[in-house]
Amino acid sequence: MIDLIYLTVLLPLLGFLFNGLVGPKIKSEKIIGIVGSGAIGLSFIIVVGAFFETLALPVDQRLNIVTLFQWIAVAGLNISFSYQVDQLSLVMSLIVTGVGFIIHVYSIGYMHGDKSFWRFFAYMNLFIFAMMNLVLADNFLLLFLGWEGVGLCSYLLIGFWYDRKFEKSTTSAAGLKAFVVNRIGDFGFLLGMFLIYSTFGTLVFTDVFSRAVSFAVPEHIFVLIAIFLFIGATGKSAQIPLLVWLPDAMAGPTPVSALIHAATMVTAGVYMVARCSIIYASAPAAMMVVAVIGVFTAFFAATIGLVQNDIKKVLAYSTVSQLGYMFLALGAGAFSAGIFHVMTHAFFKALLFLGAGSVIHSMHEQQDIRHYGGLKKYMPLTYGTFLVAAVAISGIPPLSGFFSKDEILWYSFTNLGFVFWLIGLLTAIMTAFYMFRLYFMTFEGKERFSAKGGSASGGDSHKTNPHESPKLMTIPLIVLAVLSAIGGFIGIPEIFSGDHGNLFHSWLAPVFKTAEMKLMHFGGHSHFEELLLMIISVVAAAGAIFYARYVYLKKPEVAEKTASRFKGAYNILLNKYFLDEAYDATVINPIVKGSENFLWKIADNKLIDGLINGLAKIVDKISGSIKKIQTGIAQSYALVMVLGILIALFWIIMSYS
Amino acid sequence: MEQSYLLTYLLAVPIIGSLLLLFINKEKAKLIKNVGLIVSLIAFIISLIIYFDFNDQSSDFQFVHKFNWISDLNISYHVGIDGLSMLLVLLTTFLTPLTLISSWSSIKHKVKEFTFFMLFLELGMLGVFVSLDMFLFYVFWEAMLIPMYFIIGIWGGERRIYASIKFFIYTMAGSLLMLVAIIWLVVYSAEMLGGFTTNLLDLYRTGPTIDTTIQGFLFLAFALSFAIKVPLFPFHTWLPDAHVEAPTAGSVILAGVLLKMGTYGFLRFNLPLFPQASLDYAGLISVLAVIGIIYGALVAMVQTDMKKLVAYSSVSHLGFVILGIFALNQEAVQGAVIQMINHGLSTGALFLLVGMIYERTHTRKIADYGGIAKVVPFFSFALLFTSLSSIGLPGLNGFIGEFLILTGAFKSTVLGSWWFTIFAATGVIFAAVYLLWMYKKVAFGEVTNPNMNSITDLNFREKLVLIPIFIFIVWIGIYPSTFLKVSEKSSEKVIEQVLNPAKINLE
Repeated sequence: MIDLIYLTVLLPLLGFLFNGLVGPKIKSEKIIGIVGSGAIGLSFIIVVGAFFETLALPVDQRLNIVTLFQWIAVAGLNISFSYQVDQLSLVMSLIVTGVGFIIHVYSIGYMHGDKSFWRFFAYMNLFIFAMMNLVLADNFLLLFLGWEGVGLCSYLLIGFWYDRKFEKSTTSAAGLKAFVVNRIGDFGFLLGMFLIYSTFGTLVFTDVFSRAVSFAVPEHIFVLIAIFLFIGATGKSAQIPLLVWLPDAMAGPTPVSALIHAATMVTAGVYMVARCSIIYASAPAAMMVVAVIGVFTAFFAATIGLVQNDIKKVLAYSTVSQLGYMFLALGAGAFSAGIFHVMTHAFFKALLFLGAGSVIHSMHEQQDIRHYGGLKKYMPLTYGTFLVAAVAISGIPPLSGFFSKDEILWYSFTNLGFVFWLIGLLTAIMTAFYMFRLYFMTFEGKERFSAKGGSASGGDSHKTNPHESPKLMTIPLIVLAVLSAIGGFIGIPEIFSGDHGNLFHSWLAPVFKTAEMKLMHFGGHSHFEELLLMIISVVAAAGAIFYARYVYLKKPEVAEKTASRFKGAYNILLNKYFLDEAYDATVINPIVKGSENFLWKIADNKLIDGLINGLAKIVDKISGSIKKIQTGIAQSYALVMVLGILIALFWIIMSYS
Repeated sequence: MEQSYLLTYLLAVPIIGSLLLLFINKEKAKLIKNVGLIVSLIAFIISLIIYFDFNDQSSDFQFVHKFNWISDLNISYHVGIDGLSMLLVLLTTFLTPLTLISSWSSIKHKVKEFTFFMLFLELGMLGVFVSLDMFLFYVFWEAMLIPMYFIIGIWGGERRIYASIKFFIYTMAGSLLMLVAIIWLVVYSAEMLGGFTTNLLDLYRTGPTIDTTIQGFLFLAFALSFAIKVPLFPFHTWLPDAHVEAPTAGSVILAGVLLKMGTYGFLRFNLPLFPQASLDYAGLISVLAVIGIIYGALVAMVQTDMKKLVAYSSVSHLGFVILGIFALNQEAVQGAVIQMINHGLSTGALFLLVGMIYERTHTRKIADYGGIAKVVPFFSFALLFTSLSSIGLPGLNGFIGEFLILTGAFKSTVLGSWWFTIFAATGVIFAAVYLLWMYKKVAFGEVTNPNMNSITDLNFREKLVLIPIFIFIVWIGIYPSTFLKVSEKSSEKVIEQVLNPAKINLE
């Protein structure tokens, strides 16, 4: 199956071509849906096969490369469409095709009746194609093809309903913003590649990473490479300062938010940094930058998540925050802990989004949680699975989020220090709080909508008829709920699992071995400390959940009072620290206005073109006045001629004497 | 050396074709169009024959045909191609029939004259790319202005006269300085070699021996002429006017091929003839190129007219090509060569698309559009696809060129600084902004202009024009080796000619 890994790229591509070319003609949702999901399902089976085949191999032979054909060969640059099957790429591929397949199936139900059903599945397949290139690439350039490719699909899918309004603007504006902000990141990524190529003479991973060890490269070069690449990661994974696009990306259909903007694409940055672990390990300063950006993003996004009222917005900020956690892990040198969180997060965050989709679906596109409430009796499966995900993300044992999050907190404590741990802990508390705020306001308490035939009153004038979603949507929820619940067991920390060790880490260990040896962090390891920190964070999270229950279920007026008492702070959070406005004022407007009013209208039209036309005018004027000499009067010509002869004669005489 | 007549046949085809047109009654528009198309297709087939016969392992000129023309001055008819010109010849013969098909319904009056000038133009462009005699080159270089002047001036938009005269005088002014430099060079070489010659291959040996200061002046004289054609900032202001006023076919050829004559000129003449000056001025020219990349993109961003936007985007894209040429290493020069082709395809397609939609709506103002994705889905797909190619999305053609150029420029020892690349790479961001911004305003949103509800999607003929271009856009993006291979040896050679010029033995 390893040899067939290229099919996991090819099948989604074929699915895209089929649905893109044939889809609009056949108009059968069944065929489109089956082809679209089938392509991903088959890919998943192949990845699983490749996984077990790799597992059966001795540890030192678990890196295999499957080459299709040469892509670019110029001078020393030799890049192929080659796929690297190793422990890390397999984990990512399993997530992408596995969660991808589940979300594709869900989408058949969710997108039912949409006039562009075919287009949706075409784009989704194209996305998986790009994403598989990203995670399987054996070189930076092919990774970048996937990297930009997922960005394109994200752009297309955010603006999928391109004629719709979204908040103050349109869905297509949101898509454009996502693409452009990502491009800013890609600019950094490109520079990183240039520097890698000029330093190591290659862009192939295995060569770059072995040369990173064997070449004598000054540390500041490593730092620069690491920072450039990380700029790319901040774009793709929505970290400070490039996080502004992700909340707007919620303009896309909800399955898109689940797949692209939660489970897979946004974790590409984490994957990429983990893939380059040796480069980061050689650049301690850059590691620190990653950790600081990660922890601050985690914290700030969580604060914003506290006050949002749009169900998808809460989840979007939560995603940004969780991504921050992953970078915190990477910055702490705990690469496999970061990847572990990528995996568990893919489960529970995809579940949260799909659950939100189910709710939105049944509430007639209403996304404001202030108009929800008491939904649990209408949609029991959505409710149950959503609750599992909420518990998981809050870090309550033994659900998956507990294991991955706690590990990150532990490593940030030991490798980075108390402050990082503390901010991480505060973030975890806020996470539990806003997640349960969301949960209580949606599923519990009073109904704040007017149900059809019901008597409940609310601010909503529409008649709503909440109902459970069809099986095509609920079964994926159940599968993800199971994964969110037990997915963490493959990464049980040593203090609990004893001799078995941490399965997930020992699987990934060979990939990060060189980097971890370089870092040499793991000295004193006190079980007591680890256990203590664990207890603190669990208790804190549980406390936050109960407080959320108290505030949003028992005493709803407390929330309002708090909001009005801290009106200023509340507004700042609600408007996400006015980051968009700040960027508009300091970057976007000056560039656009400057280009229009100065570069184009003055520099180009007046100065440069004016100079050219001015030159032409001068020539015109001069020749205009000279032409008056040509009077056409023979006498004046004769006069000039005589004068000329006299001057000539004078000249000759003078020069003889 | 054995003579090959293929290139001469290639040049003869448009000549014979245009002469043939003279004998057809001008009322028979359909026949005229068909003859024009068939002639241009024959030229394409001949260029394909040349391509399949082309030896990409050699950096020498191939298919050389030479005979005395003006014996007293030892001027020859001397043609031949190498890897640099091979691709441009193919691009020319590929785009010409497509533009003729695209003008099928948009050119309604004076069809005969139009077809005549288009074939005349093809002759001029091919001549420029295959000439190996300085004099012959200059004849083609200037001759090519004439048909373009008329194409803009007769079939152009409202301000066509202004635009065509500006185009003509602007480019002519540059060319005159080049003529002076050519004369100087030829006279110098005559002294050097003991006999008069305009053979480019001889001049390649004498040029590098010229004293540095004078070499600089000659370099600048040539460079000015080419820089105007490219156009390199700040010599670009003729371009938006010419593009906006030109009919679609004119814009496509102008962007697709004519601008490449400037970049080709740098590669073919400036670098090998004046190696020392090329190194001396590489920094200056690259600075202008980088300014052009950013400036062109920023100005494109704020345009309200689609055609003007695409025109300014050319300034930006060609900046990349020039940067690649003057980075003077294999990655960058190969990138520049492939980027010339890419720009011809992508920008050519953009102008075609703008022309197609203009034919339906008679407006090029972006603000008049909106939401047409729903009304004309194929057009919208085509516009997005082309924009993505132009933006440099990996997997499509534009990326290959930009990436190679930037990679090469980054490690270039001639440029010697990362800053060229760092600034140039911001063009990657701006390109996404201006093209997708336009796309958003044109295709997305709701239909606000009622006139847009009734427009029809692209017809078979129009798809026939676009699809061949799209095939190459993907082909170059996925498997560029087909094309990179062609120019590989010649790129190596031109770099070698600059860095280690083979100077003539002065004895």
